[in-house]
Amino acid sequence: MNFDFSDDQKQLRDTARKFLAEKCPPKAVRGVIDGKSPYDRELWKGLAEMGFLGVAIPESYGGTGAGHLELCVIAEEMGRALAPVPFSSTVYLAAEALLLAGSEAQRQKWLPLIASGEAIGTLALFEGKGNPSAQSIKLAASNGVLDGVKKPVADGAIADFAIVAARTGSSGRETDISLFLVDMKAGGVEAKALGNIDPSHGQAEISFKKCRAEPLGSAGEGWSVISQVLDRAAVLLAFEQVGGADRALEMGRDYALDRIAFGRPIGSFQAIKHMLADMYVSATLARSNCYYGAWALSTNAGELPEAAAAARISATQAFQHCAKNNIQVHGGMGFTWEFDCHLYYRRANATALSLGSLSYWEDALIDRMRKRNAA
Amino acid sequence: MNFDDTPQEAAFRAEARAWIDANAPKEFEAELSKASLGRIRLQKQDIVEVAKAWQKKKAEAGWVCLNWPKEYGGRGASAVERVIWQQEEGIYFKLTSPFQIGEGMCGPTLMAFGSEADKRRYLPKIASGEEIWCQLFSEPAGGSDVAGLRTRAERDGDHWIINGQKIWTSGAHYADYGLLITRSDPTVPKHKGLTMFFIDMKSPAVEVRPIKQANGMQEFNEVFFTNLRIPDSQRLGAVGDGWNVSLTTLMNERMSIGARLATGFNEIFDFCCNLMIEDGLAIDDRATRSKLASWAVKNSGLKYTSMRTISALSRGERPGPENSIGKLVSGAMLQDIATYAMDLQGASGMLTDPETAEAAGQFQAMLLSSPSIRIAGGTDEILRNIIAERVLGLPGDIRVDKDVPFNKIPTKGR
Repeated sequence: MNFDFSDDQKQLRDTARKFLAEKCPPKAVRGVIDGKSPYDRELWKGLAEMGFLGVAIPESYGGTGAGHLELCVIAEEMGRALAPVPFSSTVYLAAEALLLAGSEAQRQKWLPLIASGEAIGTLALFEGKGNPSAQSIKLAASNGVLDGVKKPVADGAIADFAIVAARTGSSGRETDISLFLVDMKAGGVEAKALGNIDPSHGQAEISFKKCRAEPLGSAGEGWSVISQVLDRAAVLLAFEQVGGADRALEMGRDYALDRIAFGRPIGSFQAIKHMLADMYVSATLARSNCYYGAWALSTNAGELPEAAAAARISATQAFQHCAKNNIQVHGGMGFTWEFDCHLYYRRANATALSLGSLSYWEDALIDRMRKRNAA
Repeated sequence: MNFDDTPQEAAFRAEARAWIDANAPKEFEAELSKASLGRIRLQKQDIVEVAKAWQKKKAEAGWVCLNWPKEYGGRGASAVERVIWQQEEGIYFKLTSPFQIGEGMCGPTLMAFGSEADKRRYLPKIASGEEIWCQLFSEPAGGSDVAGLRTRAERDGDHWIINGQKIWTSGAHYADYGLLITRSDPTVPKHKGLTMFFIDMKSPAVEVRPIKQANGMQEFNEVFFTNLRIPDSQRLGAVGDGWNVSLTTLMNERMSIGARLATGFNEIFDFCCNLMIEDGLAIDDRATRSKLASWAVKNSGLKYTSMRTISALSRGERPGPENSIGKLVSGAMLQDIATYAMDLQGASGMLTDPETAEAAGQFQAMLLSSPSIRIAGGTDEILRNIIAERVLGLPGDIRVDKDVPFNKIPTKGR
């Protein structure tokens, strides 16, 4: 048994960590939060040059073709550094949807642009409040023309193209949903940035008015593709969450060692030690669930839907737990704008919702476990 | 990343599986597989007798204390082979519980500090289950604070005279020998005045009394020593070095890698899949699903954490600290799960008779036993201290009694 990343993959992690420590310090994250730029363009270019954007894109489409385990490794580092770039929307959602359902021409056109950092992509799924479901999709597509509104769309205001879930039937079944690919420069599309709890990662509303779009995948198979994309993205995002959780734990630990109160480091008080120990427990459970998710993703195992839900839940809980208690360990300083604690708190709580809420994934996990037990 | 055995591991697994298949006491299979928590009872036979027979059979074929050297009754196997054996032994592993303290704690301490003659005399019989050992550490005045123990050892020429009391000793009523930590010098600070011995539990100066526990069962004992006289040759380590010797014992407790800890998750998941509540099956209830999902990911998280540890062993590396979370997570889970399963039963959740209670009363039994899991072998609080100090590198507690002679430490709070 070798339930661990290989030495090469661990080396890749070290390379990515070093690269991000240099190119993505907290100052870079704050640059985006302060509104200087909607995302860190220099960093995005650097990630492309390192080959990180195309790590799971085959060489024939301009990627490095390394694979999904390598992408998991990079995702963890991106989460650790809170990288303020449209990585998850472009790489986990758009690229995965293209790989799963795109035509040869669509892959040839967009995947190399993703790998080279020249195209930002996203998935336009949500239409207001609620969780992913076929019924919630009202945006209509008729003869390749889209009409409706999507929100929130991750990185929607900076995307070059969007994969849009649209209603093409009225049977009341999941087969009513089809996917379309929209060039955001086309006529009839308007994107508007929306305020959100994690300004290091933009959210937008996109309006489609008589917008011409090309189908992605077969008609009526949209929901099936979305489900697969969400599972794959859940594993990858869970690695980002674990990276963030670990960093928040380290920040809390380091502060507890430095800060003196009542004549001793606050890290010597059991109330603080036990809080940090519990954070370690959450982060460890999440990491182990993520490893199983990584195995299922990389081998395209039948266990992927269950493994993805478990990784997603565990990592969401761990990141929220670690980010919130990191502020608590810091006390008043943790509530200042100046300290970085709130950056992790914001990211933790935004990523907890970005692929559907915790309760949505809890429901999914129980459904999937029951199905396995019944089989 | 894969779950596959190496060819060598696969061959070992096949050999182990074939042997177990041909030799396991299958007549107890049903009863053993039902026992999910705590000590096991068999309808017709004494569990220790059945366990001893299985241990002896395994020992004759070389399947006990697998990672001990052959000359001391082991197999000289690798750490990962030991884990593979445990996986294959499956439900029959439950029969090893009388021997686990001997294999996991007393044996390794003897191996590190005993004379060559003692090792050859005692270790093979620990391995074969012919002689059972217990561990005499905890005392009424020293639980989490083990070094606060008060059992006295006084030198008398070539002998020592032991007086005092131990508590929470598992298996003392059937043990043949015990590993005993004592206070040999009360005038020095508490960690410095301890000395370790091993003793014959059958001596008339040793009295074993069962403790009736909060859950009504009797699994642990109090042990009293009244002028117990033992030769100096039964001392392990130097006089005054007992604390260091005990650290060896306790460190070996962590070798229980791969032994799955009960969490109660499978039990409550099955229960909820079949339980009708007001408006349908419990598993369709939103609040229930949310709780089940949180427990499910803890359960799988523990499972895959242990696989990460096994992977490190398989590569011949020292496992990381991640395995330290196991008991902390599973103990609290058992208690929460029992409480919730009973909540789902409403007022009848109070009932305990196996014939009439829901789910044969298993959650009620779980509820009443679970506090002990959060205390025995390191309380939740001690485990959090260990994680904070050894894994996260946080400072140790300020110990006001550290440099004070033991006999000057206050014994009452008010």
